[in-house]
Amino acid sequence: MRAFYGTELPNPLMLGTAQYPSPAILEQAFRVSGAGVATVSLRRESGAGQTFWSMIRDLGVLILPNTAGCHTVKEAVTTAHMAREVFGTPWIKLELIGHTDSLQPDVFQLVEAARILTDDGFQVFPYTTDDLIVGERLLAAGCEVLMPWGAPIGSGRGLNNEYALRAMRAEFPDVPLVVDAGIGLPSHAARAMELGYDAVLLNTAVARAGDPVDMARAMALAIEAGQLAHRADPIEARDMASASTPVIGKAFLS
Amino acid sequence: MKIVLNGESREVEAETLAALLLECGLTGRVATAVNESFVPSSLRAGHQLNDGDRVEVLAPMQGG
Repeated sequence: MRAFYGTELPNPLMLGTAQYPSPAILEQAFRVSGAGVATVSLRRESGAGQTFWSMIRDLGVLILPNTAGCHTVKEAVTTAHMAREVFGTPWIKLELIGHTDSLQPDVFQLVEAARILTDDGFQVFPYTTDDLIVGERLLAAGCEVLMPWGAPIGSGRGLNNEYALRAMRAEFPDVPLVVDAGIGLPSHAARAMELGYDAVLLNTAVARAGDPVDMARAMALAIEAGQLAHRADPIEARDMASASTPVIGKAFLS
Repeated sequence: MKIVLNGESREVEAETLAALLLECGLTGRVATAVNESFVPSSLRAGHQLNDGDRVEVLAPMQGG
């Protein structure tokens, strides 16, 4: 398995911590899925932050703070610095939002912020599009992980452009790749892993499911199945049938 | 002096950022920024506040 800045993930599920019906359900979702990474954010202190932090710490998973909601390089860089201090990790999920409706990353600012942060010792996990050239620029800026979107955040549409995601896998064979955002169903997550992706990052699909705990487990199983299938070297699809039962030895009965 | 703390106007006694956090009971695990610039925790005690400063105090929160 490809390592993330030298760290091997215990499990290729990266799970968000937002939007759960209760903290207890969030905790159970992590326990049953075995998710290896929890994404978190920073918001104005309202009193709830300290309880949340002690609960997350008790999960014993790796912490990946985000810069969610940032629209400028300055905002994202400042948020990253604040997150590094609070969470005590150089990891940062770099989000630079360019469009309000689609939450599409602003890839131009993303590359700029990634360079500033890597120069400053951060280990950047850029939330990006599936554009190959942007991927190259991010790597040149010092990123050692790429996180292309499957579909817009929270949309649950799955892998909108499987062709592009496959091309990305082929173009960057040594780079850990994560499908981040857009996953709605376990089959979407399994597909990402079948394509050879190293991890899947999701939140809404689990947190907003009728039963988040069962969905978390379903996602974990699908991800494991997809990963195993990729390693098992699947057959190529073909247009015509190919008999699986031997023809030799068939009785003459017509 | 009058400052803006997390978007709300406040009249405070504190003259440094560290004192402000104490005065407002923000003693947990937080990160600070003044006038949109990060101030590391190690520099809070020496960071003098000025009238009209915009102070952000952020804490861990749920995120995707």
